[in-house]
Parts: sequence; C-alpha cells; structure tokens
Amino acid sequence: MLKSFHIGGIHPKENKLSAGMAIQPIAVPAQVIIPLSQHIGAPCQPVVKKGDKVKVGTLIGKSVGFVSAQIYSSVSGTVLKIDKAMDASGYKRDAVFIKVEEDEWEEHIDRSEALVTECNLTAKEILDKIAAAGIVGMGGATFPTHVKLTPPPGMKAEVLIINGVECEPYLTSDHQLMMEKSDEILVGITIVMKALNVQKAIIGIENNKKDAVALFTQKAKAYPGIGVQPLKVQYPQGGEKQLIDALTGRQVPSGALPISVGAVVQNVGTLFAVYEAVQKNKPLVERVVTVTGKEVQCPCNLRARIGTPLTTLIDAAGGVPESTGKVISGGPMMGKALASIDIPVTKGTSGILIVPTLEAKRKAMKDCIRCGKCVQVCPMGLNPTLLMTLTEYEVWDRAEKNAITDCIECGSCSYTCPADRPLLDYIRLGKGKVNGIIRARKN
Amino acid sequence: MEQKLIVSPSPHVHSGDTIPRNMYAVLIALIPAFLVALYTFRLDALLITALSVLFCVGFEYLIVRFVMKKEPAILDGSAIITGVLLAFNVPSNLPVWILALGALFAIGVVKLSFGGLGNNIFNPAIAGRIFLLISFPAQMTSWPATAIAGEATDAVSSATVLGLLKHSPEALPALQQMFLGFESGSLGEMSAAALLLGLVYLLWRRVITWHIPFTILATVALFTGILFLIDPLPQYNPLIHLFSGGLMLGAVFMATDYVTSPLTKKGMIIYGAGIGFITVAIRLWGAYPEGISFAILLMNAFTPLINTYTTPKRFGEAVKHG
Repeated sequence: MLKSFHIGGIHPKENKLSAGMAIQPIAVPAQVIIPLSQHIGAPCQPVVKKGDKVKVGTLIGKSVGFVSAQIYSSVSGTVLKIDKAMDASGYKRDAVFIKVEEDEWEEHIDRSEALVTECNLTAKEILDKIAAAGIVGMGGATFPTHVKLTPPPGMKAEVLIINGVECEPYLTSDHQLMMEKSDEILVGITIVMKALNVQKAIIGIENNKKDAVALFTQKAKAYPGIGVQPLKVQYPQGGEKQLIDALTGRQVPSGALPISVGAVVQNVGTLFAVYEAVQKNKPLVERVVTVTGKEVQCPCNLRARIGTPLTTLIDAAGGVPESTGKVISGGPMMGKALASIDIPVTKGTSGILIVPTLEAKRKAMKDCIRCGKCVQVCPMGLNPTLLMTLTEYEVWDRAEKNAITDCIECGSCSYTCPADRPLLDYIRLGKGKVNGIIRARKN
Repeated sequence: MEQKLIVSPSPHVHSGDTIPRNMYAVLIALIPAFLVALYTFRLDALLITALSVLFCVGFEYLIVRFVMKKEPAILDGSAIITGVLLAFNVPSNLPVWILALGALFAIGVVKLSFGGLGNNIFNPAIAGRIFLLISFPAQMTSWPATAIAGEATDAVSSATVLGLLKHSPEALPALQQMFLGFESGSLGEMSAAALLLGLVYLLWRRVITWHIPFTILATVALFTGILFLIDPLPQYNPLIHLFSGGLMLGAVFMATDYVTSPLTKKGMIIYGAGIGFITVAIRLWGAYPEGISFAILLMNAFTPLINTYTTPKRFGEAVKHG
C-alpha cells in the first residue's frame, strides 16, 4: 500500500490538463511591475529610483529584517517609477515599474545549461547565497527559504523532505519541472542537505506522477542518502505536516514547527531555485507557472519573468475564454480568487486557473445536517462544523480549546459539505480572531 | 478585459455531494427490505408505505409553507425517508388514520417544531413510532399473518419472534427463516438479509460509516452472548436477538440518521454501544418485547452531550518519535 498521512483527506478530481506540456519560455514583456512584497514577512526597501538602468539580476529591493527576501530585477531596462500596484491580494502595494530594453544580464550570472554538481561552499556560505538570491518557498507559501533552513537554537534537522507532491488539482508546474530539471533538483537537494548538515533526504511524489517517480528513483541512485517515496493520491498530501506524517510517521505537535520532529520541508521548485542561486549565481527572477482551466484553449506550463503581467501568460495559453467567471492564482483548493488579472507574476504564482462562470458560483448554504463528513475529512482532526458555529456565535474560548488555530486552511471541509456550508470561511475568520487574542494575552 | 470577476475565498471547487444525494441513497438502500415487505404483506405494504410517504411529505409542505412561512424543501428527500421508515415501523394492517396521526407527530412535532432538517433532536420516524405505540398499543401490536405463513397461523394477529421469545420460546421459527424475514412483524423490519444488503450499499456509497451499525450489533451480540454462555436459554440466543425485531432496521437506518447521531467516530461508538445495551436490557427485562426504538430515542437525547465530550483524534496528539 502507498504511504499517506493518517487523518482525514479527500480526493478531488485531478484535472491535470497541462500535464506533460513542456515548459515554454514566454517572451519578455515591454514592461514589468515587480512588487516589493512577494513573500511572508517584511516588504523590501527599494534601492533603485526613477531613471536608473538595471540589468537582469540587479538588486532592486533590499530585505529589511531577518524574515524577508531580496528582490531582483527580472529584466534589463529603465526604472519608470516606484508606485502602488495591485497584487494577488487585491490590495495596492509598492512596486518597481521597469521599462524593458534589450535582455542584458549581470555578468556574474552563469546562463549556460551545463550542470554544475560540485559545491565546495560551507553551510554558512550556502545559506548566505540562498538569502542573497531572494529565494522563497515556491509552492505558493513564499516563506523565505534561508529562514526555514536556519533551525532555532537547540533544534537540529535530521531529515530533509522534498515536496514533489503537487496535490492541488490542475497544477502541473512542479511535475513538469521535475521531469525537465531532475539533475538540477537533485544537486539542489545535496546543497540543502549540506546547509542543514543532514545525511538523509526523502522526495515525496504523489503516485499520479509515475514518470517523475520512476525518473527520480533511477537518478537518485547516484546520490547517497536521497530516497524517493511514491505517495497515495490524496489531498492535502503536500501539506507540510501531512507530508512529514506520510514520509516519516512523525506528527508535528499543535503549534510547533516541523523542525520539532527533526524535519525540514522544501518544495522541488525551491530546490531548483537553490541550485540556480548557489551553482549559477542566478537570483530568483523567473519561475514556472501553469496556465490552465477547462475552457482554456491550450493549458500549458510557462517560464515567466517575475513581474510579467498575468494577461501576457493567459494570452499565451489562448486568451481569456468567453465563459470566464473566476481567475485563481494557485490551485482550486487553496488558491486566491483575483479581483483583476492586471497584476504581475510574483515568486509565489504557481498557477493561473481560469474557471467558467457556471463553476465559479457557490450554491446557497443549507442548515447543517450533522452528517459529520467535515469531521471525517479534516486532515488536522478538527471538528469544522463546531468551529464554524463557535465562530458564528463568537465563542472564542471554546474555539481556542477546540484547536481552531491548528487549521491549515486546506478547504477539505467546505469541499465536502453536502449542505454547501462555507465552513472554512468562518474558521479562517475565527482562527484570525483567536490568534489575535492569544497574541494579546502574551503581551 | 472588462468583465467582472467573481471573488470568493478558497476552496473554489466542491465535491458535488448534496443533501438529496445522501437521502436518495438511503431510499435506494431501503429497496430490498421494501421488496421483502411486498412479498410478505402484498398490497398492504405498498399502501401503507405510499400513504405514509404522502402524509409525511404533505404535512412537511403544508406546515413549512403555511405555518413557518418558508420555502418548503420537500425534494431534499428527508420527509420521504421519514415516511418510509415510519411505514416500516408499523404493522401493515394499521388503520390509515392512526398512520396519519403518526406522520403528523413525526413531521410536525419532532422535526419541524425544532426548526426542520438538521435541527431536530430526535429521529422523527422513531419518535413517531413510539408515539403510536404508546397511544395505540393494541393496533400497534397486532401483527397480520404473513402471506406465506397465512394458512397455518391466526389470520388476525400472529406473534412476532420477540413476542414468542418473551412468552413462549418453544414456538420460535427457524433461525434461517428469521434471517430471511418471512416471519411476522412490522412492515419493513423483518428481513435481516435485505436490511444488511442496504447496509452494504450505504457503506459502499459512503453515506454512513460502519461505526454505529457495527457497534450496535456487536454490543447486542456480546451482551446476549455472555448471558447465553452462562445460561443457554433461547431468550439469550444472540443470533435470535440479531435477526429478530427491529434491531437491524434500527441499527442500519434509524440510529444512523445524521442529524440525531454523534459527529465523531468515538462518539458514534459510545452511542452505538448505548443503543445495543439498552435494547437488550429492555428486551430481556422490560415490559415491551422490543427495545430498539426506545434505545435509539434515549441515545438521541444523549447525542449533544456525547458531541461535547468526544473530540476527534487530533493531528499530532499521539506524537511518534520513530
């Protein structure tokens, strides 16, 4: 039997329409908008001003504080302005507007395709390079990678877990990257293993990507300590805590970090970015984005420069279909519905999912029939219908006692509810409120 | 692009599961038992079931529309299930006006006065049956002879297995007969085989989980089994207990009612064990030959309490350092 996590889970329709589509580089647009906040943590300070000339790989946003990630220009050209621009959140935030001229790269960046396996840097030097390159979690969470690779004092990583699960329906960017850049990803793994000083790494891949499982199983033989584990196709297999549970049998306790059970999890896309940063001196200036949807003419996997307008990517996939009702940044389970598609690709844009109007609308909610299906599917072992009710009636102490803050917002409850109740909407609200109360109590 | 986009929080997809899907699956699961009822009670079974459904759906429509002044959702299937289950819980020769009263009580009092589907504390069909049993004990316990056994037994009222077990165990039918369900009793409760077929269907469609029905049956088997080992009298025979009376119907279709049963697996097991235990206690030492309805009703009352004190097994609760 395939390994999997041990509590709850669902199996939504996979709809991997763009599976097997080779990653196509998309032409550099005439102008890019690069937001100064593309990660969890403090926004960057701009270090360029209007009229400045930049190249691909020129630092334009300097990170302030530890939990933050540098931002580099993804194009060469002239800085037009630093102004507010809407991002995926729907809010207007500071961004650098650059008019594109030519395609000049900073000289220290190695743009060749040659694989560089040798890495003689120390753990500290590797971490510094990762931090300098502005790498964040590429699965969509966008947590700064160098922070995640720096365990809190007294904690020691034992195993590196590589997330090649891609459990979100529709998305195929990680899958395709694994198929095309397996060597680079494996070198990236050895580099991160060195940075963490661990001897063991496990690559978890959902079993609907049998080609990737086979490819990595074969190639990993050349790398001591790296194993490949096919996983049951079950959502949210790629959730950090779920993946650790599936691969090691250890469950991260409530409120604790994965490092508390000796695990550090990194997405395959992140490891590819680490490879490029450490071995090729290339900062994070582009990423793979799946553009997909049932009505999209040619669902595809594109490599786009950060700051490229989403519209450019959608046009490359055949344009916005007539029937469009909703556009999602990310996958259908955890992605964000966009208020406008006039926003740029950022470090966390794993996919653009275009949903027809018919499927975009929610059905009216009915009274809870207490079937308990949300309880059965919750991968954190919570009682979603109770948490919704407690939020509705603002019973925060009981919500806290029933572990509302453990919710990972995977959406399995709302997905499964036969009464169409917006369970996660309420729980998210209650979780925010309870987290606020807990913080206030600590201060 | 000028067209407005829909913005809503995740998730953006839904399983497609609906309340009617679950309700109609229960109705499909009831078909085998209904076929056996048709075979044993002929047209009476059809008539009582059809009328019971008509009364339940009709009362729901009228009360929701004209008393509660809301849009009736009779097509969700829940009133149809109440109708079928109520019919399955009465003798096939019950006077129609008594059946109508039962339906009115089940739908009007037990279900709608609490706010309708999802808000009721007690299972409407069970409460309806008990209301009738207490109000019309004679009519509710005079069982017609079955079409198969008709020539041999009293045509007006033939005893049920549990009745015999209590008063004259020497006249018990063969176990195999009980399992197939051709002995007498309430309309849809007799065939353990047909009801188990329904259970398999419900489990396969994932409408219910095994926890409630299995725990009830296991508790009954265990409890009577222990007594049978101590003193092997027919009234302690666990197989007779499993395959007679309303146990199977109750365990599979009535105790598993979503609204009135606990949410968590732990809760379901406590609830099921409670039902099994009370059922046997009433059967062996109570005034009534059958106790499953009372057991379910009682445990329905405990469901909110069980929900409060049983939490699902949380992630990270049992930390393994392997």
